[in-house]
Amino acid sequence: MATNAHTDLRTLHTDVLVIGGGPAGCWAAWRAARSGARVVLADKGYVGTSGATAPSGTGVWYVPPEAEAREAALASREALGGYLADRGWGTRVLDQTYANLEQVAQWGYPFPLDDQGRQRRTSLQGPEYMKLMRKVVKQAGVSILDQSPALQLLLDDEGSVVGAEGVSRQGDERWQVRAGAVVLATGGCAFLSNALGCNVLTGDGYLLAAESGAELSGMEFSNAYGLSPAFSSVTKSAFYRWATFRYEDGSLIDGAGSKHGRSIIARHLEGGTQVYALLDLATDADRQYARSAQPNFFLPFDRIGIDPFTRQFPVTLRLEGTVRGTGGLRLVDEGCATTVRGLYAAGDAATRELICGAFTGGGSHNAAWATSSGYWAGEAAAAFALQQGRQSHARSAIAAGGATQSGSQQLDSRALIQAVQQEVQPYSKNLFRSGEGLDASLARLDGYWRSVRQSTPATNAAEQLRAREATAMLATARWMYRSALARTETRGMHKRLDHAGEDPAQQHYIHSGGLDRVWTRNHRAPWHVPALQAEVAA
Amino acid sequence: MIELVSAERCINCDLCVRVCPTNVFDAVPGDNPVIARQQDCQTCFMCEAYCPVDALYVAPFAEQHIAVDEQALNEDALLGSYRRAICWSPGSRPQPDQSFRLLRGG
Repeated sequence: MATNAHTDLRTLHTDVLVIGGGPAGCWAAWRAARSGARVVLADKGYVGTSGATAPSGTGVWYVPPEAEAREAALASREALGGYLADRGWGTRVLDQTYANLEQVAQWGYPFPLDDQGRQRRTSLQGPEYMKLMRKVVKQAGVSILDQSPALQLLLDDEGSVVGAEGVSRQGDERWQVRAGAVVLATGGCAFLSNALGCNVLTGDGYLLAAESGAELSGMEFSNAYGLSPAFSSVTKSAFYRWATFRYEDGSLIDGAGSKHGRSIIARHLEGGTQVYALLDLATDADRQYARSAQPNFFLPFDRIGIDPFTRQFPVTLRLEGTVRGTGGLRLVDEGCATTVRGLYAAGDAATRELICGAFTGGGSHNAAWATSSGYWAGEAAAAFALQQGRQSHARSAIAAGGATQSGSQQLDSRALIQAVQQEVQPYSKNLFRSGEGLDASLARLDGYWRSVRQSTPATNAAEQLRAREATAMLATARWMYRSALARTETRGMHKRLDHAGEDPAQQHYIHSGGLDRVWTRNHRAPWHVPALQAEVAA
Repeated sequence: MIELVSAERCINCDLCVRVCPTNVFDAVPGDNPVIARQQDCQTCFMCEAYCPVDALYVAPFAEQHIAVDEQALNEDALLGSYRRAICWSPGSRPQPDQSFRLLRGG
């Protein structure tokens, strides 16, 4: 694959390549460019609309540097996160987010003013924010490749990452970017469940990284589900704090709730009982302000002529996987380096356990993590690449992909996607986990993996991308369930029916990796202790 | 999912082709873009937000294709309603985000 034999191969040389153009990727690209690096930013969709943030509105974990408020912000997450969050990272993220949102204000983002005339920076409107990020990234001199999915990383003969290859799906043209360092900001994996903005998030970066030998962490924390109207993609859960949950006849469902009581909703849905929501707990003021806060929440209702405050509507829970879960690529230093030289990770592609532990932080923590980790990854990748100098481009490059390219059978990507979805979407398998159920799923998933390994490369860009997405989803499911099997307790979002309750002896991270043979390893020490020592410490 | 590219409104700028994050549209030289891969639409409404002439309509159903009637959408003022809601329509009055009044501690 990594030859220049094809005449349609477009080759670029740069210092830093950022893959993925959501908030984390844009911050990484901007920071790297401001550090003096030449930067290419490639997204499989369009930088500005791609990813979970753009079509949405998000809170931001933005806390002024006042000791009491900061302490409360950090403490509030600790028990929820099963005591796996790291205070050092939490503090760094709060500091960097505070600084970055000051930068966003200087760029002209229209933050609202409160009654005292002060800017309120605790939420961002996705379309506006990401349109602004595209602008500032371009102004910083970054070259943007839209509609350009990466299909594999390039390694030198020492195993360092030196670029990537992909396709331009609107021209069916191949591209290669040779770079001194690569930042993966490809988001998490939501398994094409139609959660808002999440269908581009298929775990692509995990697969790219794992093919190069990178490790993951916390993949058992991957079973977040978002509430949405049953017919709709709009998984905006915040306003369901005003909801009562009901049967079709309007009678209340005991114990069902948005924050606590989602399991009861899931149990009903799983058993074939439609659950309805009515936002009747909203005050008049809530109703008045809600539209400006989340215009897209109301779109589906307006378009079918339902007032959600006065008429109940059917709801469902859509899998948001690691987009709202916290698993992702394992980081080994404060510059967001992965275990592979020259490869960095930011945003949902990286593990968010460091600030959220075992429980989702919702949009606020995700947004803070994206801007902070993007900033650090861009800075560190630029420093690494500039220190390497341009000679890295002269080195030979080996394509690290190929999980799907070693056999002769045609891969039916759509069938594979459905098969993987059947293992990860049902609440009975993923929300309520058991050793027996995980084993059975893994047996099937491992079987699918063996057929993928015997498949032949697709010939056009659209099919190549589809095959990569299907393969990345499959690989992600296997890391998730192996990790879930290894954690024989209930902690944070990871619920084991056969191991109820938190086990103090399992207050550790679970690392994972591998392709043909998926492995897991308990890390019984703080995040920064090298893996071997951490096991010895047990 | 995306259900309409209005032939009456579309100016063939192909911006929807460029910005769609899941590459649903195909450009057609000298003509309106077409919905080429409707099943890939993720119902994110971004194409509507970017369309400068409100020629697109994304129905609220994520999994189900429905027939839409352009005249009815026009009468219900649904074409461009998302662009107006996020204040991206020309002349629309900025509506400050009032989240901070609602989602305390969220």
